Amino acid sequence: MSQMRPLNSAEALSLIKESITQIVPDADFTLVEPDDKFRDVLELDSLDFLSLVELLSERAGVLIDEEDYPDLTTLSDTTRFLVERTRRGS
Amino acid sequence: MPWETIRKDTPLGTAPNLRDYDKECASFSWQAARGRLQGLPGGRGLNIAHEAVDRHAASERATAVALRCVGRDDSVTSVTYGELGRSTARFANVLRGLGIGYGDRVVTLLGRCPELYTVVLGTLKNTSVLCPLFSAFGPDPVFQRMTLGDAQVLVTTADLYRKKVAARRDALAALGHVLIVGEGADDLPGTLSFTALMADASDTFTIPPTSPHDMALLHFTSGTTGIPKGAVHVHEAAVAHYMTALYALDLHEDDVFWCTADPGWVTGMSYGIVAPLMHGVTVVVDEGDYDARRWYRILAEQRVSVWYTAPTALRMLMRTTPRTGPYDLPRSFDLSALRFIASVGESLNPEAVVWGRDVLGLPVHDNWWQTETGAIMIANFAACDIRPGSMGRPLPGVEAAVLRRGEDGRAEVADGHVTILEEPGVEGELALRPGWPSMFRGYLHDEPRTAAAFADGWYLTGDLVRRDTDGWYWFVGRADDVIKSAGHLIGPFEVESALMEHPAVAESGVIGRPDPVAGNIVKAFVTLRPGFDASSATRRDLLAFARRRLGPAVAPREIAFDQHLPHTRSGKVMRRLLRARELGLPEGDISTLEEPTSEAASTARTEQPA
Repeated sequence: MSQMRPLNSAEALSLIKESITQIVPDADFTLVEPDDKFRDVLELDSLDFLSLVELLSERAGVLIDEEDYPDLTTLSDTTRFLVERTRRGS
Repeated sequence: MPWETIRKDTPLGTAPNLRDYDKECASFSWQAARGRLQGLPGGRGLNIAHEAVDRHAASERATAVALRCVGRDDSVTSVTYGELGRSTARFANVLRGLGIGYGDRVVTLLGRCPELYTVVLGTLKNTSVLCPLFSAFGPDPVFQRMTLGDAQVLVTTADLYRKKVAARRDALAALGHVLIVGEGADDLPGTLSFTALMADASDTFTIPPTSPHDMALLHFTSGTTGIPKGAVHVHEAAVAHYMTALYALDLHEDDVFWCTADPGWVTGMSYGIVAPLMHGVTVVVDEGDYDARRWYRILAEQRVSVWYTAPTALRMLMRTTPRTGPYDLPRSFDLSALRFIASVGESLNPEAVVWGRDVLGLPVHDNWWQTETGAIMIANFAACDIRPGSMGRPLPGVEAAVLRRGEDGRAEVADGHVTILEEPGVEGELALRPGWPSMFRGYLHDEPRTAAAFADGWYLTGDLVRRDTDGWYWFVGRADDVIKSAGHLIGPFEVESALMEHPAVAESGVIGRPDPVAGNIVKAFVTLRPGFDASSATRRDLLAFARRRLGPAVAPREIAFDQHLPHTRSGKVMRRLLRARELGLPEGDISTLEEPTSEAASTARTEQPA
């Protein structure tokens, strides 16, 4: 895991998009509203989502548990989650 | 590592349907089993929809809940057998009104919404043929299967239609009607509103005479080479659906049953719809995707008593709650209604069997079958000891054998005869003696590949197994190159063909790379055309291209560049060798390998980490 440091919203969002792009390289974020369920819009299946959690966890340097998954549904709540989690540590 | 046998010497709370395995096998006959079904009134034949719906709708079970559908938003909708009887009658009338009848093909491309169940069973009532497609397929697999299956009607949503069908609608010659479930039909030319058609249709329908041998379901599956194969199943399959659910899933009428498989695949059709409804139980349907918390909540809130799931899902649950503990997550839910767990899709590792016992308080019962068999063939039973890692023993009425393999890895056929390996512990190809009612009746429009699936009076499964001294079967691997990923069968040829359409790709070889969660993930080795760099940009481009075409369920998750793919002398890419190298295994028989030698090819590889 990389060194954890607090992320601001813009950094968190760009980290999320980069991570999704690792899985769906041509993900079109113009189709995803901040409060859309991005898994549905971008067609991420269960295995994709698991990979995404691993990427986010590694890149942001935070632990992400099963109970956090409900906070990783939309781009806006995932951003909020990463900002808070990197601020307070995991 | 030897795993201790899980004994079943304490009496179970619910007396199992199959109590004495040997006795049941000895007295079993498919003919007698047929007698448990009602048949169409007036001796008009056998129809799956009558056994699954109308039979109950006309009895005191009419008010019992047939489907309990949990929406993505957690809303719960209940459908009784009586209601399902009426909605399926409406849909049969809708089809009839469109001029669709006996033998005509109706394709579904839908999520696990309540309408799917109406469409499936209504189609069967109308004696039309239902062909389910997985909604996570991309446009290419959808188009190919619709073409091969002669799709005349498609039932889908506006979103799926726009993304996966609309662009090539004109090339689907047989497709006469597209029915849109939910909103959006008004904005899509050439489509009809499912809701509007249903509203205008009568809710009574008399099922026409149906022969047990009439085609009912068309399930596509993948082979090593060539295009997908459409396995044809008939109404008589219901006899096997009923009996196997009785024995291997131990269904009782008061059960709440949840099969987590999507009805786009054979498991979700045979055991997510047909078999449990035949037993008159309540079927839980979850429209949402896997999520550990969500799944435990559904098990608890819906009071699920029998649960049929898959190794990939179990392994995901195991990651969240390892056997070493703590068990806080599952223990925070009331799983007291649960009494039996079974798994299918690929072989279940012994850790998962034991994990179930320790963490959920119930061992997981692995079983084995495939698209062609239509129903469970080999299983661990509620009343029988479990040898963790074994798929169990053949069901009553099922005769299995292990056949000696020839040079190509498949069962050896000499002068039309196979060799049965009687000695225990020896690896060979699993074969089944035809005669069970849910056996596929051939691959649609493909007599050569149908014929190739049989030899000397046996159906050849393509799976390698060994049988121990006491008759328990153990999965060893595939005898061919098809890939099992997350329980789904993926044909390497289909993936290679899609990749070949990218301008950068000269050639590719696709294999399954072992993965701790999915069993295997699809990995492609790609030879680039001159002028293209083996760069990460090219890799991303190819991954995106394949995913767009094939969808997440089929697309490769990993791509490696290799300018020197190994070939057979006849010029085919040797997937077997690619896989052996990937696994660091001995490369086996390479006598059919062309120059350069395997060593040279190996050192010439320009693979980069994904």
